[in-house]
Amino acid sequence: MSTESGHSAPTAHNEKTVTNRTMDAAVALIFMALAALVMSDSWRVGARWASDGPQAGYFPFYVGLIMFIASTVTLVTALVSRHPDLGNFVDRSQLVSVMQVLIPTTVYVGLIFLVGIYLASAVFIVFFMWWLGKYPVAKIIPVAVGVPLALFVMFEIWFLVPLPKGPLETALGY
Amino acid sequence: MEALTSLIGGFGVLADPMNIVYMFVGISLGVLIGVLPGLGGANGVAILLPLTFSMSPVSAIIMLSSIYWGALFGGAITSILFNIPGEPWSVATTFDGHPMAQKGKAGEALTGAFTGSFIGAFFAVLLITFLAPVIAKFALQFGPAEFFAVYLLTFCSFVGMGKEPPAKVIAAMMLGFALAAVGIDTVTGQLRMTFGSVELLRGFDFLVAVIGLFGVGEILLTMEEGLAFKGKSASINPRVVLHTWAQIPKYWAGLLRSAIVGCWMGVTPGGATPASFMSYGLAKKFSKNGRNFGKGELEGVIMPETAAHAAGTSALLPMLTLGIPGSPTAAVLLGGLLIWGLQPGPLLFVEQKDFVWGLIASIYLGNIAGLIVVLTTVPIFAAILRIPFSVIAPIILVICAVGAYTVHNAGLDIAVMLIFGVIGYLFKKLQYPLAPLVLALVLGDMAESSFRQAMLVSQGHLSIFWSNPLVGSIVTLALVMLVWPLVSKVMARLNGGKEAAAAE
Repeated sequence: MSTESGHSAPTAHNEKTVTNRTMDAAVALIFMALAALVMSDSWRVGARWASDGPQAGYFPFYVGLIMFIASTVTLVTALVSRHPDLGNFVDRSQLVSVMQVLIPTTVYVGLIFLVGIYLASAVFIVFFMWWLGKYPVAKIIPVAVGVPLALFVMFEIWFLVPLPKGPLETALGY
Repeated sequence: MEALTSLIGGFGVLADPMNIVYMFVGISLGVLIGVLPGLGGANGVAILLPLTFSMSPVSAIIMLSSIYWGALFGGAITSILFNIPGEPWSVATTFDGHPMAQKGKAGEALTGAFTGSFIGAFFAVLLITFLAPVIAKFALQFGPAEFFAVYLLTFCSFVGMGKEPPAKVIAAMMLGFALAAVGIDTVTGQLRMTFGSVELLRGFDFLVAVIGLFGVGEILLTMEEGLAFKGKSASINPRVVLHTWAQIPKYWAGLLRSAIVGCWMGVTPGGATPASFMSYGLAKKFSKNGRNFGKGELEGVIMPETAAHAAGTSALLPMLTLGIPGSPTAAVLLGGLLIWGLQPGPLLFVEQKDFVWGLIASIYLGNIAGLIVVLTTVPIFAAILRIPFSVIAPIILVICAVGAYTVHNAGLDIAVMLIFGVIGYLFKKLQYPLAPLVLALVLGDMAESSFRQAMLVSQGHLSIFWSNPLVGSIVTLALVMLVWPLVSKVMARLNGGKEAAAAE
C-alpha cells in the first residue's frame, strides 16, 4: 500500500478520477460475482461426492468458494480500513494516454476479423505513428509496410503458419 | 558422478551446429525482448513458442531457454543506461546502475551486471546438474497425494512470501484455477463453465493469458507513465571489462550469498524479482560501502543481478524434476514441453535423457554465449531503445496479436489477449500479483487431477495428506506458509512498534 499512496497523493483537482479504495472495492466485487458464477456452475455439474469419486464440479466449487472469501476480505479491508488508500487510482491525463492505446488496439483487433492481420497491422501502425508520433509520411510508410511484410514472409512462407487473411490477400492469390 | 557422465552426453547433443545457431539466435532475440518494454521473458517465449512446433524438442527448448537467458541479461541494459527496468527483476539494478552511468561509468556497471548475472546462473546450473537427478529419482516414488502436496506448497509459498496482500494473492490464484477449469473436464468429460459457448470449449490457454497480462498490460502501464527514453550512451571496451573483472573477486562472499538467495527464491516460487531486492538489501546491510549504495556502487549492481539470474535459472529445477515451474517463464517453457509431447516430471530424467541433459548443457553454453553477446552488442541494443515509443508500441502490439493467434489459430484468442491485457493493467495497479494467476492457470488441471486421484484413493478423507511422514510434512509446511502472513502480523503486534522502528 505504501508504494501506491506515495506517488499519487498530491494530484491536482482536475486530475481526479477515482480513489484506489473505490477501485479496490469494485474489483473485489467483480471477483465475488465471478466466484458466485463459478460456484453456481460447478454446483450445476455436481460438486459433491458421487459413487465413483468426486464429481466434475467438486474442485472448481471450492476454488470459487475460496475466491469469494478472499475477495470478501479485500472488500471489507477496503471499506472499513482506518487508513483508507484515498490516493488517485489514475490521473486523468494518464487515463487519456492509456485510452489512446487501448481504444486503437481494440479497433485493431476488430479489424483483424474483417480484413486479416496483415492489412489491419499496417493500418494500425500508420494510425499510431501518425496520430501519436506525428511522423511524416515518408517515415511511416516503410515501417507500416515493412512490418506486415516481414511477418508475411516469416509466417506464411518460412514457418508455414497461416495467419488470418482478408479479401486483399485472397485477391493476391493467398 | 553419474550426473557428470550425463552432462557430457548432454554436451554431445549440442555438438549439432544447428543447435548452436539456435542458441545464438535465441540469445539475441532474448536480449532484444529484455530491452523492449512490453516484451519480456514470459510473453516473449510464449509468442515464439508456436514457431518451434516444427523443430525437434531439443532444438526448440535450446532456442526458447536461450531467449530466457537473453532476456535476463537484457533487462540490465535498460536499467543502467535508461533508468527504466526492462524487466521487473532489474528494478533493483537501477538503484546503483543508473547513478554509475550518470557518472560516466556505464561500461563498468554493465560489465558488472552481466558478469554478476553469469555467476548467478552458473551457480544455479551447477545446482541443477547435481540436484536435479537426485530430486527426480526421489520424486519417482511420489503418488497423487505427494504431488498435490507439492502443488499446495508451491501455491501457499506465494501467499507466505509475496509482498502483496494475502487475500489478493489468493484471489488472483483462484482466478487462475477457475479459468483452468473452463472447458471439458478431463476425468468425467463433462462441460464446465462453458455456458453453452463453443469457443469456451477450448478453455483458456495460459499462453494467450501470458501474452495479454505481461505484453499488452505492460504497454498500457508504460503508456501511463509517459516514458521518454533519455539514455546514457555506453561503450564497452576490453580495458573496462578487464578492469571490472579485476574488482569482482573481492566480492566473493556477497556473490555467494546472492547466488544462494537467488537459488532459494527460484526453486520455491518466490521468483527473480523478490530475490534481486532481497539480495540488494542484504548487500547494503553487509557491505563496507553500504552507505554509498544508491549513489553508484558497483556492488549494488552486481548483487541483485546475480540473485535475479540465479533465481531465473534455478526456476527450471522444480519444472524439470517435478513439473512445477518456479516462475512464469518457466511455466511457459513447461507449456512448451507439453505441446512437444513431453511430460515434465521425474520420468523425464528416465525417458528423455537426451532432452534433459541437452537442455542442462545448453544452460552452461547459453550463459557463456550470452555473456559474449551482451558484452559485444550493447551499443546496438542501446540504439534500439532510442527508437521512440510511438513506433515501438504498435509493432509490439502487432507481435502480441500474432503470438496470441498462432497458439491455437483462433481469432478469438486475440480478443481474449486484449481482455487479459486490461486485467494485467488493473492487477498491477491494485497490487494483485500476476505470477500466481499464470501458474494456477498452467497447473490447474494437473493439481486438480492429483487432488481427485488422492481423494479417490482415500475415499474422500483428507487424512491421506497426513498418511505418511513425507506428504504430511510437505502439507504442514504448506499450511505454515499459508498462515505465515497472519503469524508475522500477530508477532509484530506482540513485539510492539519498538523493534519495527529499530529495524527501519
